[in-house]
Amino acid sequence: MDKLRLRFSKTGRAVYISHLDLMRTLQRSFLRAGYRLKYSEGFNPHAQISIALPLSVGTGSLCELMDFRLEGEPDLGGLPERLSAKMPEGLEALEVYEAERKPAQIKWLRAEGVFEYDGRAPEAMAEGLSEFYAQDAIVITRKTKRGEGDSDIRPAVREIGFVPQDGGVRAEMLISAQEPTLNPELIADALRQKAPRLAPDFASFTRIEVYDENLRVFR
Amino acid sequence: MDKRLKRILPRVQKPARYTGGEYNQIIKDKAAVDLRVAFCFPDTYEIGMSNQGMSILYHTMNSLDSVWCERVFAPWGDMYDEMKKAGLPLYALESGDPVSDFDAVAFSIGYEMAYTTVLDMLDMAGIPLRAADRPGLTPLVFAGGSACVNGEPIADFLDLMIIGEGEEVDNELLALLRTAKAGGWTKQRFLLEAAKIGGVYVPSLYAPEYNGDGTVRRIRRLPGAPEVVTKRIVEDLDSAPYPLNPVVPSTEVVQDRASIELFRGCIRGCRFCQAGHIYRPVRAKKPETLVAQGKALLENTGYQDCTLLSLSSSDYRALEPLMDGLLEYCEPRSIGLSLPSLRADNFSMDIMERIQKVRKSGLTFAVEGGSQRLRDAINKNVTEEDLLHTCRIAFEGGWNGVKLYYMLGLPTETDDDIRGIAQMANEVLHCWREYAKYKSRGVRITISTSCFIPKPFSPFQWEPQIPMDEYRRRVKLLRDSLTARNVTYKWHDADTSLVEAVLSRGDRRLGGVLEAVFRAGGRLDAWDDYFSFPRWMEAMADAGLDPAFYANRRREKDEVLPWSMIDVGVRADHFWRERERCYESVLSPDCRKQCSACGAAGLLKGGKCDG
Repeated sequence: MDKLRLRFSKTGRAVYISHLDLMRTLQRSFLRAGYRLKYSEGFNPHAQISIALPLSVGTGSLCELMDFRLEGEPDLGGLPERLSAKMPEGLEALEVYEAERKPAQIKWLRAEGVFEYDGRAPEAMAEGLSEFYAQDAIVITRKTKRGEGDSDIRPAVREIGFVPQDGGVRAEMLISAQEPTLNPELIADALRQKAPRLAPDFASFTRIEVYDENLRVFR
Repeated sequence: MDKRLKRILPRVQKPARYTGGEYNQIIKDKAAVDLRVAFCFPDTYEIGMSNQGMSILYHTMNSLDSVWCERVFAPWGDMYDEMKKAGLPLYALESGDPVSDFDAVAFSIGYEMAYTTVLDMLDMAGIPLRAADRPGLTPLVFAGGSACVNGEPIADFLDLMIIGEGEEVDNELLALLRTAKAGGWTKQRFLLEAAKIGGVYVPSLYAPEYNGDGTVRRIRRLPGAPEVVTKRIVEDLDSAPYPLNPVVPSTEVVQDRASIELFRGCIRGCRFCQAGHIYRPVRAKKPETLVAQGKALLENTGYQDCTLLSLSSSDYRALEPLMDGLLEYCEPRSIGLSLPSLRADNFSMDIMERIQKVRKSGLTFAVEGGSQRLRDAINKNVTEEDLLHTCRIAFEGGWNGVKLYYMLGLPTETDDDIRGIAQMANEVLHCWREYAKYKSRGVRITISTSCFIPKPFSPFQWEPQIPMDEYRRRVKLLRDSLTARNVTYKWHDADTSLVEAVLSRGDRRLGGVLEAVFRAGGRLDAWDDYFSFPRWMEAMADAGLDPAFYANRRREKDEVLPWSMIDVGVRADHFWRERERCYESVLSPDCRKQCSACGAAGLLKGGKCDG
């Protein structure tokens, strides 16, 4: 059977499941639902699954993509429902289809951030945030594998908007998912470095949708 | 989710262990139940979620429609600090509700070093530590597990303890609590009624009195106290509840696999062993039951590994048909089977070959004593011949490592016995040189020793533990005797062994010590990361108690033992007889060769002991 792709969401309590734990949890979910994942050959056989753009612990997503293969020729009808019924709280299988495009073609990510401000007016914060992100360049210090380095995150932010809501501000953003990868958390980290008065007391993020370079939804 | 918790989680290690939400967790409508039980394990999530007793009782308690039982574990240090800082009280995983909201707070205590964590969890929940400071009926705080057979050190903090297996008695107790809550009973009325349930020990109904030398003079029974509290057992394991839909952790835990329980009890009667005695009589499940349960478990969990639990797997009578039945299911699905707790004397290569097709990493055997004389004295019926024979077939079969466990400080042990361990290691090495199939891969022989800790309800309950300086000397003696390369030596820390020995045979006066250790920051004492020996020694000194009195003193036959109100089925005179036979270096046959009439079969009403 060809390479299949599962689109699933990871929200609520499941956002704290780490990438490695998620791989194990998904494998078990498939087995519980009665689907046998294809394993690699060799000394230490492992399921042939891969998840595009691993999520940080604590970030939710409505658009996770996992590629896999199944043993035999099982009927794929009803797979998302059957799989969802066997998943832990917060994981939900949305659709399954044959994978045609390579995950490397994912370019843009739409994400939402919830910035919590304790005792600060959401409207004023939203205004300040819009001004801050209207700058042409935002150079921050990032820790990379090669140590610390300065980089400008602004080119990786294609669109960003801030909407005041109860207790804080909702940030809506379209950012670069790959080459360069911009972790949405950096949107809040940049504030801690460059505009502490706008830095939220707590921020959490959810991936909404992934797109290719032409801003077509990636599937 | 609580806002405070949500803000903490991104900052702590492995947050998934603090969130609940796992597959197969049990969620009920809290408005629709009469009783809420916070089932606490006084150790981390990774340890507690690996505990079979915890899993069984979570499901038996939740089998009652009127009860919602939720899980609670002790947070690791980083989470503990964050919770304290945020003012977040201990909460249950399923609902996230604070433990202080629950009607009953139940602990499963498997080892003495967890006692301080029990106090810590009560404190994190905002519940007064001492039973006497909790005048209301709820939250009722109780505990069960093997560290409750002598629960005297922690008795002042618990309203009651369950002695023995909880499957039936827990639900009887909860039914009574439900009646009491609905009827507006006082706590005292409830405790007096609860004490009538078999297996329920209410410590406040017993008042120990002490002699001038610190030994127990007598244990005064207050009105309503049964003379003895007899251990409860589940008579028929085939029909006993066994969770076939266990909670599957979303993060890695210690035992991350399906477990089926072959039998309870042990036919061997090793004289140092508490487990081999307190879980008697021997009761086995039928292989058909186990195969069916194993399949259902694997299908319901998606685990790719299954382990067979018991104190001594190779003593399961129907091991071959069981393995046939399980392998028929597991092999085509690439599900691994593991068979721990093997004995060196009836090890079957055939079985090992079949279950370990791919990886042949290491085999572990508990040899316990370094000479035949000593092994006879402790009734560990394994000979050097058995061990070498087993090693030979293992090496011929392609294994390239073996681990051997010993105890140092067993009664009657001499320096020659210790040198015997080194000799045996050399013999094993020699055996490998002669018979190994893959010599180029090299060999790893690991010798591992712990310090003998005398346990209540074992034939050695009267014996002294050797002083820690002496233990260290023996470790050094062994280390110096182990000259061969390829032999690695690991030994257990002396300080923990002493504290464990104190608590194992402790009396109620140690309650103050537990509280002082906890107040000084003691928690998760089973972890080297947190255990502090000086903290324990200071607390004992402040209480005017001498560790040597508990650990290193030989008890006389007629001494009133602090746990003498508890009856685990095996009679005290059996323990004493076995102790005497140690000093005569006489073996006792295993229960299948000849029943020793230990008394445990008396716990069975209809069935027969499988020993």
